[in-house]
Amino acid sequence: MASKHPVISDKEAEHITRAEELAYELRIQEVMTEDVFCLEPEMKMETALDIFQKEHFSGAPVVKDGHLLGILSIEDLIRALRENNMDVAVQEYMTTNLVTVRKLDPVVEALKTFSQTNFGRLPVMDENGTLVGIITKGDISNGLLRALQRDYHAEELIRYRASHLFEDIVSGRTSLILRYDIRKGDFTHGGNASSNIKRALLRLGATPQVARRCGIAVYEAEMNLIIHTTHGGTLRVEIEPHKITMEAYDDGPGIEDVDQAMRPGYSTATNEVREMGFGAGMGLVNIKRCVDEMRLISSLERGTNLYMIIYLNDDDTNPKTIQ
Amino acid sequence: MQLAEIIKSLNLKVLTNPKDFTVTQVKSGYCSDLLSCVMTGASPEGVWVTLMAHGNIVAVAALLDLSAIIITEDAQPDQDTIAKANEKGVVILSTPEPNFAVIGHLWELGLRAA
Repeated sequence: MASKHPVISDKEAEHITRAEELAYELRIQEVMTEDVFCLEPEMKMETALDIFQKEHFSGAPVVKDGHLLGILSIEDLIRALRENNMDVAVQEYMTTNLVTVRKLDPVVEALKTFSQTNFGRLPVMDENGTLVGIITKGDISNGLLRALQRDYHAEELIRYRASHLFEDIVSGRTSLILRYDIRKGDFTHGGNASSNIKRALLRLGATPQVARRCGIAVYEAEMNLIIHTTHGGTLRVEIEPHKITMEAYDDGPGIEDVDQAMRPGYSTATNEVREMGFGAGMGLVNIKRCVDEMRLISSLERGTNLYMIIYLNDDDTNPKTIQ
Repeated sequence: MQLAEIIKSLNLKVLTNPKDFTVTQVKSGYCSDLLSCVMTGASPEGVWVTLMAHGNIVAVAALLDLSAIIITEDAQPDQDTIAKANEKGVVILSTPEPNFAVIGHLWELGLRAA
């Protein structure tokens, strides 16, 4: 058992699709066909053929007094036709070797049974062993599609709610604050905070342009914390309906000459850092270009505080707006 | 122009997950090996030609909504970088040619700076 079902690693789990997940979440009764047309065992094959033709059935359960006796499929009808034996009762040709599934089992159980057998349809039983429906692969596809559709609407709803957050909540001054601790030298996660901030802004309904400007400014600030600080620092983003205030602060070592640091091309980055593509001396210059207001306060005793503000609902005359 | 056209003309290797590159538009090109310069100079839906192959290129491309990164001289990004790129929907392409030659080809195809 253990060797047959090895544990799925996190890496593999990444590739599990939402449809596969749903196969475990959905129950058979949610996707099966209820109110199934049932045949009686004494019914003639001829009659069954007429019904199948008229109703476009490819199979139907055979039931007597509420008990499932078998399944008659098109294949059984063909067999009877070939043997020219259409006058006999359905119970002569029906499949009695029954494989059933339970209505409360997850859909994946039905999928497994389909792959292990050649059956095109499976009777679905309740806890008392009474037939409550039939499930086909088509039912499963339709059920999964419906569930994916529901997921999609739910995601749209989340987006809608997030983008109306500020309208829904009334206060004297509403704001949403995001905080990220940035570790010194953590190049592996460099850019994660800025990516997350950009995504949050898009969800909240910011335009792609505003989200991109914030993303670039915060990215440069984030990389500065990773590259230049003694112990790392903190990014704090406060989102209000009319403006976004971004703040990067650390406890050292501080910038000796702020004017010099603001000069394009000036950099104190080490050679190792430069080899990774940093240290162009453009970080602060980039930030200035992306935001509406920028303030850099630094001292060798207290470290550095960088404030960046982007105003929203600006008419598009702002020369600093990029693309 | 379509990213598919660039991949085919320059015979680029796709390092990230394959997808339909005929729907990805490329509107301009940019080249630098310094990240902050890319932040300044590259435009959304642009293609970025670089020799750099380390993980930090992914965040930059994602933040700028670039259409693709072309890594030159067969520089090899590690598995984590490619995984991160796939996660963020960043396309990474690779070629043995140097920056200069790649830009020349792109220019001939009609691609210009933003």
